[in-house]
Amino acid sequence: MEDQNINSELLRFTTAGSVDDGKSTLIGRLLYDSKSIYQDQYDAIKQATERRGEEGVNLALLTDGLKSEREQGITIDVAYRYFATPKRKFIIADTPGHIQYTRNMVTGASTANVALILIDARNGVAEQTKRHAIIASLLQIPHVVICINKMDLIDYDEAAYNKIQDDFEKFAAKLDVNDIHFIPISALMGDNVVNRSDKTPWYDGPTLMYYLENVHIASDHNFIDTRFPVQYVVRPNKDDYHDYRGYAGRVAGGVMKKGDEVMLLPSGFTTKIAEINGPAGEQDEAFPPESVTILLEDDYDLSRGDMIVRANNSPTVTQDIEIMVVWFDQNKPLQLRGKYALMHTTQNIRCIVKEIRYKLDINTLHRNLEDDEIKMNDVARVVLRTTKPLFVDAYRKNRITGSLILIDEGSNSTVGAGMII
Amino acid sequence: MNYNINHIKELESESIYIMREVAAQFENPVLMFSGGKDSILMVHLAHKAFFPARIPFPLLHIDTGHNFPETIQFRDAMVEKLGAKLIVGSVQDAIDNRMVTEEKGVNASRNALQTAVLLDSLEKGKYNAALGGARRDEEKARAKERFFSHRDEFGQWDPKNQRPELWNIFNGNHHIGEHFRVFPISNWTELDVWQYLAYEKVELPSLYFSHERDVFERDGVLLADSPFIAKKPEEKVFKETVRCRTIGDMTCTGVWKSDAKTVEDIIEEVATTRVTERGGRTDDKRSETSMEDRKKQGYF
Repeated sequence: MEDQNINSELLRFTTAGSVDDGKSTLIGRLLYDSKSIYQDQYDAIKQATERRGEEGVNLALLTDGLKSEREQGITIDVAYRYFATPKRKFIIADTPGHIQYTRNMVTGASTANVALILIDARNGVAEQTKRHAIIASLLQIPHVVICINKMDLIDYDEAAYNKIQDDFEKFAAKLDVNDIHFIPISALMGDNVVNRSDKTPWYDGPTLMYYLENVHIASDHNFIDTRFPVQYVVRPNKDDYHDYRGYAGRVAGGVMKKGDEVMLLPSGFTTKIAEINGPAGEQDEAFPPESVTILLEDDYDLSRGDMIVRANNSPTVTQDIEIMVVWFDQNKPLQLRGKYALMHTTQNIRCIVKEIRYKLDINTLHRNLEDDEIKMNDVARVVLRTTKPLFVDAYRKNRITGSLILIDEGSNSTVGAGMII
Repeated sequence: MNYNINHIKELESESIYIMREVAAQFENPVLMFSGGKDSILMVHLAHKAFFPARIPFPLLHIDTGHNFPETIQFRDAMVEKLGAKLIVGSVQDAIDNRMVTEEKGVNASRNALQTAVLLDSLEKGKYNAALGGARRDEEKARAKERFFSHRDEFGQWDPKNQRPELWNIFNGNHHIGEHFRVFPISNWTELDVWQYLAYEKVELPSLYFSHERDVFERDGVLLADSPFIAKKPEEKVFKETVRCRTIGDMTCTGVWKSDAKTVEDIIEEVATTRVTERGGRTDDKRSETSMEDRKKQGYF
């Protein structure tokens, strides 16, 4: 592990793909070339590889942590891996690529700054590639990198690379992705992963590692529309803090400054920010993703689930919500007229499914208006009616105030992920 | 204006958010405290999360009776300073009451017995959330953990049927008798922990810094000599300058040759080491999936 600067940024990225795409090899390569695989881990997977009667060192065993995953040789669940360079700290959410595990891909994508999508250069844009790109678009991952892998197997052919890039761009025109980047790589040989390849003189873009270290992520949060969901009220009950009443939470949008005039939802009262307390003490301003405690100039009734916003810039306050939902429940399809518990920011309420508008085919983007059987891993556009008004933004505008989850009231399982339209 | 925070501050913010979420969603949470650096970090973050109020949950220590004496001294001093409430679940008591049976042989450890005592303590206290300082980079089964990890009425973990965790929304809904293990520092690496502890100038037990100690070698790992471990005849005790990278029970925590006397020395050492911190934990070496097996039963 190389020395890491305390002032480095955190970048979260997700990888989706199957073993065949060379995803595990790529992750192994990033970890290995950034010196993030420890000797005892390396020895342990080497031994495990030998026990399984396989050749060499199977780097996939690094990410496949569960017994059943190792037995089957597949990634079932999201695995998190960590590595750092002097410039940045990275969190990889490594997710399985098969359609059966869409829900795990969605989970990994929900917090990612960057999506890595692997294409096997021999096969070009496949159905799986399209599905991964659609999920990245649906979850609004700010940056997408298409790694055209196994370039060594097509003799680093520029024309073949350009054709794949054209094919993908034609398809991507239908998607809602702003920042797409293409890199020709060979994870196995290490071409353009950490070190620039001399076999692709026709490529003048960055290596994958250079891209990950330098992609601009500071604007991935919304710094315009002030949103502060109240998470917890801090009341010390101590003599020296007798009247202290602090509203703890994580800034979900905008920049909050001491002295700012703010509006409280749902009451609509206005007041000013008296003080902002952060982990290191008082601070003048707060922005996403900081966790702070806000003190207000006036005492109003304000508790968990309420929201502090700017007076002239308020979210939509509504009980009728239209979402794209990804369904997770393997036992039961989404029930029209069904009631579910719903969590949105710090609100925990209930809702009813009023309408299923269409089912989205995540391989083709086709909207199926006839089929309203929404099973596990399906994506659909639905209309909800909630028991209480929520304070929402479109997911495109704010991933925090624009997202919600649905919970089965019998099993308490998380059964749906919703993105507000 | 560039609004930007560094990775340490982002991790701190994430952990504080999770702790507040636990205080808001559960009536009766508890913080599992072992005396190691990760649980010291947890207490430090909890203090920040609720300041100026007191930490709104007690600390729970599962005491194997085989601790390094330094750990217990440090624990008691810290609890007193914070004005926190400490609950101790004793493995020795559980052995005396015949709730559990002591392992025999040279590799005997009370590590596995902690699970029964932990589950019993959680049940007695009716705790529905237990905060722990486990990190995903520590071990491959822990890499699969959620922040909010569901446990059934037997305290079991079902790794193949975990709740998906999306965005910053944490579903702590549960039935009576079930509980959650919550891991606020999931995304921290060993290096992050040290960098933060150095930055915050957090006080730490002396065991983490190099000192001279009687040790012996077993399976390539140096263990501290203590009355709690039966040595084989060929295992000879010698003096060595060592420190702990993790602190657990004396029977299973390896010590490392090290000259690191300050947190800065430790950061230097951690940043250049080629072995993971649990590489010295004999409890993890019992089998390839020993952590997963123990976690399924309700281990930390």
